Amino acid sequence: MLDVSEIQTIDHDVMVVGAGGAGLRAAIECSARGCSTGVISKSLLGKAHTVMAEGGMAAAMGNVDKRDNWKVHFRDTMRGGKFLNVWRMAELHARQAPDRVLELESWGAVFDRTKEGLISQRNFGGHRYPRLAHVGDRTGLELIRSLQDHGIHQGIDFHMECAALELLLDGDRVAGVLAYWRETGRFVVFRCKAVILCTGGGGKAWPVTSNSWEYTGDGIAMAFDAGAELMDLEFTQFHPTGMVWPLSVRGILVTEGVRGDGGILKNNKGERFMFNYISERFAPETADTEEEANRWLAGDKKARRPPELLTRDEVARAITAEVKAGRGSPHGGVFLDIASRQPAEFIKRKLPSMYHQFKELAEVDITKEPMEVGPTLHYFMGGIRVDPDSQQTTVPGLFAAGECAAGLHGANRLGGNSLSDLIVFGRLAGDGAASYIEGLTSTPKAQDDQIASGVRRATDILNREEGANPYLLHEKLHAVMSKNVGIVRQKDELEQAVEELGELRAEVATVRAPGTSQYNPGWHEALSMRSLVITAEAVTRAALMREESRGAHTRLDHPGESAEWVKYNVIIKRGADGAVEVEKRLKPEGPPHLVAIANAKIEDLESGKVGADVD
Amino acid sequence: MAKRSFRVWRGNSEGGEFESFEVDVDPGMVVLDVLHRIQTHDANDLAIRWNCKAGKCGSCSMEINGKPRLSCMTRMNSFTDDETITVQPLKTFPVIKDLVTDVSWNYQQNRKIKPFTPKPLEADGTRRMYQEDVDRVQEFRKCIECYLCQDVCHVLRDRDGKATESSGFVGPRFMIRVASLEMHPLDAEDRIPELRKEYGSGLCNITRCCTEVCPEHIGITDNGIIPMKERVVDRYFDPIAMLGRKLFGIRRRTKSRSEGSRSEGSRSEGSKSEGGES
Repeated sequence: MLDVSEIQTIDHDVMVVGAGGAGLRAAIECSARGCSTGVISKSLLGKAHTVMAEGGMAAAMGNVDKRDNWKVHFRDTMRGGKFLNVWRMAELHARQAPDRVLELESWGAVFDRTKEGLISQRNFGGHRYPRLAHVGDRTGLELIRSLQDHGIHQGIDFHMECAALELLLDGDRVAGVLAYWRETGRFVVFRCKAVILCTGGGGKAWPVTSNSWEYTGDGIAMAFDAGAELMDLEFTQFHPTGMVWPLSVRGILVTEGVRGDGGILKNNKGERFMFNYISERFAPETADTEEEANRWLAGDKKARRPPELLTRDEVARAITAEVKAGRGSPHGGVFLDIASRQPAEFIKRKLPSMYHQFKELAEVDITKEPMEVGPTLHYFMGGIRVDPDSQQTTVPGLFAAGECAAGLHGANRLGGNSLSDLIVFGRLAGDGAASYIEGLTSTPKAQDDQIASGVRRATDILNREEGANPYLLHEKLHAVMSKNVGIVRQKDELEQAVEELGELRAEVATVRAPGTSQYNPGWHEALSMRSLVITAEAVTRAALMREESRGAHTRLDHPGESAEWVKYNVIIKRGADGAVEVEKRLKPEGPPHLVAIANAKIEDLESGKVGADVD
Repeated sequence: MAKRSFRVWRGNSEGGEFESFEVDVDPGMVVLDVLHRIQTHDANDLAIRWNCKAGKCGSCSMEINGKPRLSCMTRMNSFTDDETITVQPLKTFPVIKDLVTDVSWNYQQNRKIKPFTPKPLEADGTRRMYQEDVDRVQEFRKCIECYLCQDVCHVLRDRDGKATESSGFVGPRFMIRVASLEMHPLDAEDRIPELRKEYGSGLCNITRCCTEVCPEHIGITDNGIIPMKERVVDRYFDPIAMLGRKLFGIRRRTKSRSEGSRSEGSRSEGSKSEGGES
């Protein structure tokens, strides 16, 4: 019989799970509010997936184009999200992002500069003005390093290479986190009053993804297990430009900054095909000739934006259609050409890591030849449902921020809105958790039987005499998701996926990892398969329920946006015996002043005809 | 697809040995891909640390045929067709298991460095820096903390060949971290005393081994360590400056190359004192 008192115990007020941008920013805020704060991360500090973000963080500072302000950013975000965004989150994000970026600068971040010595901003898909604060194409590294080097002096306890297994509850309240040290395989109980999940998405359910191994939907699955509501998981963003060759790097991201800095997409006939895919919503603001698009690149402020900078869902679908029509590149993508558009020196200065990445991994010199690119699973717009201001989930004491939380991005995220999401809502979550703790009248206590059963479930995997190979199970999951829950979806395939995921879930329950518990990646893989399969099923069931095509969710059997469905969110919740239950729930209407801004013509917003009465 | 021979070190802090694997290798693969294939089919519990698989996170550092490399950026076609590939953990840090080492010592060094301390805002409420003034800081900030430079630094290794406090040196990674702060146009802190005493800048004898292995091609020695050593020399060993300090309590101020090359002198007033780079 397992003696729970022998398991290592660490006490904190708040536990932050995940040390990417959101987790670090949340921890800094908790600590500033006087909470004893612990952070656990599956990897070493500074290695979280945030480090991979390239293009920049969106904030309407107006350093490059004075016409920019939070209302235009808010409008862009809502339109990019096809109006499914949580209104208040899109508002908070657009309003607060500039202050968060400047705060990073006061903590030592060194962004690229304008001629006037201010933070430079670059163009990106879906953003009307140059808005992304950036550092070449390694903005994520700058973000994480700035937060890390500031954070280690704020009295926060960082527990590295420590992976969460389960949220511990006292009644319906959060009371702690059960975790294990990857190095030794020993278990640890973090007893705390509040938990902030900053665990990212679940892109590793797909074989072609820009996500690292850590993206196994841990936070989504733990929140689900704890009874929290999830929302809008059908919206999985396929970034239009991932590497397609060689096979072993298929999916690795090629930043949208390539297109922001002038790169164009071509098919195998040499045609700049994006002009054929301009949707009605964006037609008034998009160039319809190459001549106009070129004028925009040359800096003509009257020219409209090139169609390569349409939102990610639109570009990804266009690439998929070109490949399907037989106009793709030799390895099943299309061509992304910046070599013929910008001088070699400019490319090396603005896109150094892209240059490096293609040179080293694909033996392609992007200053001389085009890249081959295609869609790659990149981001979860959906996730854990949160209160917009406090980031609290539907479970008391449980908070979520960053990619694992739902709401800001609606049906499709704009590039650059993720890094700003992390710092805006990371801070709000930290603030929310600290306020929640101040209001507590009793300290929640984790229950021994829950700890014991969590430990047993994990150790069973090591003790089994036989069972499936976790790596091969993962490959099976890849096959199900890429075949049935891809960039375009339909009912029968989604139903097929639900059935196969059910079988997979049963197999995962009997998975076996050979070896000891000491730094055993096979065991870690087996443990994360459970989260991945729950997350995959939640995505699939939500995709099956939403009978329309909106943003990143495209149903071949239900083409086009439906005026009815924009009124609804899909809510996912744990049912009896751990079943994944989905519900179509009416989405709260937006406040009239925000609705007016989001729907305004750009000229009316900028002339003050609309929105002038809102500060 | 071709069969290739791999020798992979397996073991833990108590010892270990090389294990041989014959693996199918596809065109375009890197060493990390092959290790993953071994993990999937032959050794589920093979310990490897990795994340981004694109040379951006610096997790998958190891020694490949005796050279410290990122395994995700080491292409299989960089070896001859019949070459056996030998993979082992970084030597300067204690082994945890297989190819994973305990690099926590590096995190302890980082904590020693006084954090960024901003100067006051400009009169108009902004912070201004110019691209030509931040270029060199940005070079250091490209660092992905792969610790390959720490691995090859002979100053760091004690009698057992491991990095410990007894070396008295923080290592190349943290010399350029100090440089990134000291050369930061908006930083108000002074780290020169610690650079000399705590970080051990005098111990580096400029063999440039660190610069050679840097996957980010940072000019660690020439652009970072040497200017830092020169600042220490200027502060502590320049007789005229020392006399000046003693008599008038002033610190010598010298413009750096990039600041000196510009005509608008007013901008560089805000930048900090530094010596010896021209």
